[in-house]
Amino acid sequence: MITGIIGKKVGMTQIFEADGSVHPATVIKAGPCVVVQSKIASSDGYEAVQLGLVEETPAKVGKPLAGHYKKANVPPTRVRREVKVVSGGDGVKPGDQVLVSMFANGDRVDVIGTGRGKGFQGVVRRHHFAGGAATHGSMFHRAPGSIGASSFPSRVIKGMRGAGRMGGGRVTIRNLKVLRVDADNHLLVVQGGIPGAPTGYVIVRKAITAKKLKVAQVEKPKKGKK
Amino acid sequence: MGAIELVEKSQVAERPAMKSGDTVRVHVKVREGDKERIQIFEGVVIGMHRGSTRGTFTVRKVSFGQGVERIFPLHSPTIQKIEVMRSAKVRRAKLYYLRDLKGKAARMKDSGRTDGSA
Repeated sequence: MITGIIGKKVGMTQIFEADGSVHPATVIKAGPCVVVQSKIASSDGYEAVQLGLVEETPAKVGKPLAGHYKKANVPPTRVRREVKVVSGGDGVKPGDQVLVSMFANGDRVDVIGTGRGKGFQGVVRRHHFAGGAATHGSMFHRAPGSIGASSFPSRVIKGMRGAGRMGGGRVTIRNLKVLRVDADNHLLVVQGGIPGAPTGYVIVRKAITAKKLKVAQVEKPKKGKK
Repeated sequence: MGAIELVEKSQVAERPAMKSGDTVRVHVKVREGDKERIQIFEGVVIGMHRGSTRGTFTVRKVSFGQGVERIFPLHSPTIQKIEVMRSAKVRRAKLYYLRDLKGKAARMKDSGRTDGSA
């Protein structure tokens, strides 16, 4: 059984519940995907599938990659991502379709994408250093402070946190709740934000550490006299 | 139609055409314990914030000499219905100046607009 799907972030909106509460929601155009290659333990050492996201126009690829797609008998795609396969369900073979209907309302999913780059940032923003007082004669504002001793060790210890490029890396947001699944239009609506800007590609997979649904506990009446 | 509009379409509730300066009665569902009842909030719309399902509108009334404003999500399912009682002639989209006026000064001329439900 395939555990994930490739999607494209569309943007955010809000969803009303019947009781009037409002949830922030992200719309993801998830799929349709095709299985380009299936990896099995005997030859690859692990179980997974390589998915391709089918978009309006097929991608232009070179001959080596075109051959890779031809093996699965699917049109070339711009994006390929690998997702894990768990035992159970039907076996998957190259050329199979993967659709958003694999998710249902109320499911928990993880969304993996590339976060927005923040550029070169100081230690206060990048590592949450406290910084100094702005006033009262303070001459220490947003600087990192001491980064080591002088004569010994005469160097800065590796891994010292400093200013530098922030963001723009792979980000995983776990346990987002699925609010809507629109199989006809290949849309998935999850509660909350996901990494990256609109039009960014993401992987949506079944949550690996899904929290159990809360069941209301009924307190038993205490025995004995009060 | 964009994907976001497709998602929002199912959320859009039917609301009367209203604009700033309208006097409206908003029927709001209120939950008390496990009972539900309808509460009516009547006042002047002093601003509309557009945006499909994300739209809101602000209703102002003066209750026992105290100005009260309430911002409603336009398409909230807790709003059972909205009645437009009368429409006033206003020259602003946002009537925040009404907050500084009271009594006779805060009166507004009827616009004679008849497309409201009242």
